[in-house]
Amino acid sequence: MSVLVNKDSKVIVQGFTGTEGTFHASQMIEYGTNVVGGVTPGKGGSTHLDRPVFNTVADAVKATGANVSIIFVPPAFAADAIMESADAGIALIVCITEGIPTQDMVKVKNYLKSYSSRLIGPNCPGVITAGEAKVGIMPGFIFKPGKIGIVSKSGTLTYEAADQAVKAGLGISTAIGIGGDPIIGTTTKEAVELLMNDEETEGIIMIGEIGGGMEAEAARWIKENGKKPVVGFIAGQTAPPGRRMGHAGAIVGGAEDTAAAKMRIMEECGIHVVASPADIGKTMAAALKK
Amino acid sequence: MNLHEYQAKELLKKYNVPVQEGIAVDNVMAAEEAYRQIKGQTNNNFAVVKAQIHAGGRGKGTIKGKDQRGVAVGKNLEDIDNIAKNILGGTLVTVQTGPAGRKVNKILIAQDVYYPGPNPVKEFYLSILLDRSKGQNVIMYSTEGGMDIEQVAHDTPDKIFKEWVHPSGGLLGFQARKIAFNLGLSGEAFKNCVKFVTNLYNAYIGLDCAMLEINPLFKTSDEKIIAVDCKMNIDDNALMRHNEVASLRDLEEEDPTEVEAGRYNLNFVKLDGNVGCMVNGAGLAMATMDMIKLSGGEPANFLDVGGTANAQTVEAGFRIIMKDPNVKAILINIFGGIVRCDRVAAGVIEAYNKLGDINIPIIVRLQGTNAEEAKKLIDESGLKVQSAIELSEAAELVRKALAKSE
Repeated sequence: MSVLVNKDSKVIVQGFTGTEGTFHASQMIEYGTNVVGGVTPGKGGSTHLDRPVFNTVADAVKATGANVSIIFVPPAFAADAIMESADAGIALIVCITEGIPTQDMVKVKNYLKSYSSRLIGPNCPGVITAGEAKVGIMPGFIFKPGKIGIVSKSGTLTYEAADQAVKAGLGISTAIGIGGDPIIGTTTKEAVELLMNDEETEGIIMIGEIGGGMEAEAARWIKENGKKPVVGFIAGQTAPPGRRMGHAGAIVGGAEDTAAAKMRIMEECGIHVVASPADIGKTMAAALKK
Repeated sequence: MNLHEYQAKELLKKYNVPVQEGIAVDNVMAAEEAYRQIKGQTNNNFAVVKAQIHAGGRGKGTIKGKDQRGVAVGKNLEDIDNIAKNILGGTLVTVQTGPAGRKVNKILIAQDVYYPGPNPVKEFYLSILLDRSKGQNVIMYSTEGGMDIEQVAHDTPDKIFKEWVHPSGGLLGFQARKIAFNLGLSGEAFKNCVKFVTNLYNAYIGLDCAMLEINPLFKTSDEKIIAVDCKMNIDDNALMRHNEVASLRDLEEEDPTEVEAGRYNLNFVKLDGNVGCMVNGAGLAMATMDMIKLSGGEPANFLDVGGTANAQTVEAGFRIIMKDPNVKAILINIFGGIVRCDRVAAGVIEAYNKLGDINIPIIVRLQGTNAEEAKKLIDESGLKVQSAIELSEAAELVRKALAKSE
């Protein structure tokens, strides 16, 4: 058992022949991910990284049986790329692209309602099932196989958490970078739910940021359905209200989406909340011993 | 990106959204000429002078050292002249600017909307923004216009209405009518309101607004519906497809250091603390700020160097952080994934040597790819730089550095 991706996932790369696509596709292949091809409109029929290139996602699916797509398409065309994947029947779409206009994502979110595809991201590091498949841009060597699942809005903070969990001797089952944009495909709660139902995952690290209400929603779900320890951290306790802190979604709008409010709700729901990002690993280890 | 009121109104007019007419000027002579024009157009001696800054509360705010509000009505040329002289070049302090205030470089000479007519005037509130949880745009409106809407929402939540717009259909006719009915309008004003809301929503979508607020939304004595003030914020990610809007950016309204950081592709936000930080990734940057606070300091900034931390970006980051005299220590926190830590370390050493003697403690925490090699490089460089690998070690070093500086 594993969540979202495993060694049997057949992955295609949209934006395969671009600089980013090429670099990260090579890294994914090196990690052992089953990359079966890629899509670059106009370059169909050629070969890249020893794999076939297709003009459309539909062609790629037909020829390779791909069920996962990772997107490295520039922001102006990324929404289209997501919808193309959904239309072609891709089950899991991971969108790495940063900087997609919000109204494009409003359209995408609505479009996806008529399809069974799951979207991860955009503006995220992707998904990795340790030792099996990396569908993302994270440094693979940090994610040593183990029993901790991670759900995170932030990229490098995910690596930080994974590193601490590995050094605490726990290791990683699957890490899901859901992205920090205002509108994303898979919410914190949905990702937590996947890990809660995963047999390989014994504890969950949930990393949020200021802005939005996703962590509170996830916390309330955990209170009702949680059966594994959850360690939570919210970045941005010191962020001033009204200022956008890097991620488009990281802005404190009202009283409910401050770090303090989220941490309070999470604590009330039985989550082990840490104030310092340096304490994530050891708190998880301690929670598992209880 | 924020726009000035006068810029936003010009954009709205392109979408056939009626606005309070006005002319933006940057000197007193032009203000007089604008007044003559407005007076001629409206057949009304009264006109309003409105300071143009990117902050709310202008009407209640005052110009530093003068008995002058940021928005004022004049009833003749002499009045307008005096108000314009007071405001232009002055520093306007409002609840939103903080005590430092903002310099006013432009004023809008605008028509007086309270002109007499057959019916009473009315003020409403209307804004369009994204509802993140629903993934839909929402029109929020109220009969209580011209006031602080957060106060209205707190005191009388039943007076705030919301209309969600389904992405596939856009704003539908019945929704625009519902809004006009709920605002208590009838007759000509009702029809005008339906048109106003429909066109305003088109502007919101067409311009890729992140937020569009009309407060007050105004019914004139002759039943017109117009935008008297407008706050418009454009989605930064969408500026690539709106060159004409992107060119309206007013750098004078932004923090000069933040503008400079942008030139190096650094994402920087100035804060008031004493420990500077430089981090890769927005989430880790915020987390690092939080850790600084827990170590007894206060973050002096948010600085995300992004995916490519090299000698140039590190040097630019150093220069930007050290412009702030309050900074007592700097923490560099890089989690090297794709970027190799030894390269970042070499960049730190290079930047440090280039900048000469830095007389505040620098703590460098490099973790990830080649972290050990990086630590060795720093430790053997002979520079006054302290290195750490674990985040908890870095926190401890910050605590010690602050204790020493006191």
